[in-house]
Amino acid sequence: MALGFYPGCSLKGSSREYNESVLALARAFDIQLTEINDWNCCGATAAHNLNKDLSFALPARILALAEKQGLSEVLVPCAACYSRLATTLHELKKEDGLRTRISEVIGLELKASITLINVIQLIEKYVLPALDGRVVKPFNHKVACYYGCLLVRPHGILNFDREEEPQTMDAVMAKIGASPIDWAFKTECCGAGLSVSRTSTVSRLSGKIITDAVDRGAEAIIVACPMCHSNLDMRRKSINEFTGSPSSIPVLYITQALGMALGIERKELGIQRHFVKVEI
Amino acid sequence: MSTLLKEVITENTGIRIDQCYQCGKCSAGCPLSEEMDYPPSYLIRMLQTGNADLEEKVLRSFTIWVCLSCETCYSRCPMSIEIPKIMDFLRERSLVEHKSNRKAKKIIAFHRSFLKSIERTGRLYELGMLADYKLHTADLMQDMDLAPKMLAAGKLNIFPELIHDRANLSAVFSKTIKKKK
Repeated sequence: MALGFYPGCSLKGSSREYNESVLALARAFDIQLTEINDWNCCGATAAHNLNKDLSFALPARILALAEKQGLSEVLVPCAACYSRLATTLHELKKEDGLRTRISEVIGLELKASITLINVIQLIEKYVLPALDGRVVKPFNHKVACYYGCLLVRPHGILNFDREEEPQTMDAVMAKIGASPIDWAFKTECCGAGLSVSRTSTVSRLSGKIITDAVDRGAEAIIVACPMCHSNLDMRRKSINEFTGSPSSIPVLYITQALGMALGIERKELGIQRHFVKVEI
Repeated sequence: MSTLLKEVITENTGIRIDQCYQCGKCSAGCPLSEEMDYPPSYLIRMLQTGNADLEEKVLRSFTIWVCLSCETCYSRCPMSIEIPKIMDFLRERSLVEHKSNRKAKKIIAFHRSFLKSIERTGRLYELGMLADYKLHTADLMQDMDLAPKMLAAGKLNIFPELIHDRANLSAVFSKTIKKKK
């Protein structure tokens, strides 16, 4: 199986353990990932906050490069990048005028023909069907599956799971032996892009998420977004100061949890890189 | 050319502000409501009136900058009004008209430093972006404890990753955000 791959900036920097665990999982299931040549940043929150055309042009350049390379299905593990690429694709398909204008801006031909998949779809499509007999260390823990915002919203564009009370991550985790809990903050926002410019907001929003997960007995929070991860993990000190009840619940990428269950070395999954130590 | 802001929004985004019947679900579900000067449904109501003073307050509000684009409002709106898209439009307009809220200075500085980093290298260079952000906010001490821990965990690149076709990217910036209005 061969797929295109857009890692995005976080996976090359502050969230490299997500990249490491995605690649480890791909190796374990013979999925060839071909990185898009000379890809650029998707523009993230900053671009769509400041300039509409730029917010379409940056993802459009990535899509155009993937097309040029002959990639048809592209894996985008970062939920934020995925959201920007999917939104752009949606708008480009809807409006021929916009497609022509943006194609001119990026100086590249643009067909908007790519199919994007997120990491959960990768797992559902290419990992679960081949999982039988592969789980050597069942992930025997109560887990809170945290979807955040951009994996499920807006549904009209992403068309993934459902917006309230999604289930796909829970189903994957149950397959590897975990017990997903029912909780109230599955799709609440962690504070995302305000991490640096308004840390107090992140502490308040992420604090609620961690408190609810812990109160309901979760032993780990499972995520599929680098922004959710960095806020819940790297910002834990200020979150703990804010909530007043320090918590040491670890936050794992779903790819890391899967890798652990498959018996892949923890180091290969980048688990030692977390600020909150993973002692499960 | 219309002069009412709500009509300008419709012309640019296709969203019809008058479709809102003020149920308040967006404000109830918004995780940032309590930090805003006007919750989302208030902001929409202010636009509906077409009153020039209220439109001015909308463009000068803190609301539009603290909005995280989490999309909860849109997902729960019974009229499917794309509030996040309205926020994007209002932010851009507020900047162009030099009306951005003073409290939002750091938020805007962060977005600008982020984009500057991408324009230079093609990909986000976290250290460079943070240095630029600190320079513009004079918030030198912020996150000083975070950087060494990130370095130790191998989460921070010392050098930027440069893409090859930076000329192409620079052209993208000059044709969009840097275009003379």
